[in-house]
Amino acid sequence: MYQWDFGLVWTYRWLLLDGFAVTVGFTVAIVVLGLVAGLLAALGKLSPLRPVAWLASAYIEVFRCTPLLVQLVWFYYALPILSGIEMSAISAGILALSLYGGSFYAEIIRGGIVSIDKGQTEAGEALGMLPSQVMRRVVLPQALKRMVPPLMNQSIIQFKNTSLVSVLAVPDLLYQGQVAAHDSYRPLELYTVIAIIYFLALFPLTLLVKRGETRLAVTD
Amino acid sequence: MAIESTMTEPKIEVAALRKRFGDLEVLKDINLTVEAGGVVALIGPSGSGKSTLLRCMNLLVAPDGGRVRVGADSFDFGNSGQLPPAKTLARFRANTGMVFQHFNLFPHMSVLANVMEGPLTVRRMPKAQAEPLARSLLVKVGLADKADAYPNKLSGGQKQRVAIARALAMEPEVMLFDEATSALDPELVGEVLQVMRALAAEGMTMVIVTHEIAFAREVADRVVFMRDGVVVEEGPARAVIDTPREEATRAFLSHFHRRGEAVPG
Ligand SMILES: Nc1ncnc2c1ncn2[C@@H]1O[C@H](COP(=O)(O)OP(=O)(O)O)[C@@H](O)[C@H]1O
Ligand SMILES: [Mg+2]
Repeated sequence: MYQWDFGLVWTYRWLLLDGFAVTVGFTVAIVVLGLVAGLLAALGKLSPLRPVAWLASAYIEVFRCTPLLVQLVWFYYALPILSGIEMSAISAGILALSLYGGSFYAEIIRGGIVSIDKGQTEAGEALGMLPSQVMRRVVLPQALKRMVPPLMNQSIIQFKNTSLVSVLAVPDLLYQGQVAAHDSYRPLELYTVIAIIYFLALFPLTLLVKRGETRLAVTD
Repeated sequence: MAIESTMTEPKIEVAALRKRFGDLEVLKDINLTVEAGGVVALIGPSGSGKSTLLRCMNLLVAPDGGRVRVGADSFDFGNSGQLPPAKTLARFRANTGMVFQHFNLFPHMSVLANVMEGPLTVRRMPKAQAEPLARSLLVKVGLADKADAYPNKLSGGQKQRVAIARALAMEPEVMLFDEATSALDPELVGEVLQVMRALAAEGMTMVIVTHEIAFAREVADRVVFMRDGVVVEEGPARAVIDTPREEATRAFLSHFHRRGEAVPG
């Protein structure tokens, strides 16, 4: 029978806290950058300019249809060789995760935009708005409301995806946990605690999403 | 002389207008003029191309050929069917107000914000100027007390009156109405027609697609009857409605109980 000893984990609390901070910081960065990439890709895919729409589709499909772990490794090892640009593990991680997330955000954002009644666009156009004004003043504000729950869902997934950057030795929560596990010979306890930390950070967010979805169902 | 000629020039001119959707020829060589201050009612069976014609007038739909002029803005589509650049289009549309069957109010904005939206965003009017303008228009359509309400709290008739105020806030030269009362419960039709009637009396140039034959007879100067993408008959409102020359017009009008009779005069 295995003897659990969680007392030992406490010795690594600062290490784990450091790791958690890196994970949170990483998540914030990739969510923000991912949303920017996603918005641009969504607008690009909706563009009447064929090459722009094609480019946006290509980006979305490439990043949606290849494993994130492969992308991470590729951005860290292959891209510097191809481009000659040296990249730190953190930069490679942020780049890959942002672009990966952006490809999923793009489809959510595009879906939100096209779900808005065509009559809204026409009403804006009939007032004399430019297409960009229609998008900014009429369509996006309405679409955003519908997009928030799925965007949050995707961001929760992104939060968990940050754990993959530990393969590039970025000192996130998982990486620091591994360090502690090797150091203490107590991997079971450490991985359990790490799982609990992820859960405690994300579970409240899922509740928030659920509440948002319910509220949306009422007002829509 | 110059003044004379601009005064007699029609406000809206549509010439040799053509439009097809795929294989379907929706508008076949449409010619139409509306005098300044004139009210034209566009009637005809569903699918005859009335909405498409109206949408070509403010270029929400790109014609395949022909000419459209509203006030000083004129576009010749030749045979290209190419829309002018977005900026030019937007400026053109800012000068034509459009009211839709389904209102299309902006649900995320209050009534006041809906009416101010055009002046603020398109005309770049300062808020201090747009707000009194919007409020005065809400007074005009009888909804001053609803300024802070959101569209989902309004009845259909109220929504449509807000939509009219929103279009008027651009101070357009002409107003286009596409079945403005067709989506309304019968008891709410009157309040919207009342606003349109007042607008006509003020001298607004209007094109009205409507199934309210009695209203068309009363308010419009001229009636245009369309079927299958062509103008079948056109003339003074009462003449066309009371004594149509064409069999097709007669057949169409016979579907309506002659509510027109109830209107005196
Ligand atoms: N965007 C469109 N794409 C394809 N067909 C259309 C489109 N808009 C209208 N139509 C067709 O054009 C014809 C005329 O439509 P419309 O102008 O709406 O007629 P009305 O307003 O007189 O009922 C109809 O057969 C309709 O199905
Ligand atoms: Mg129609």
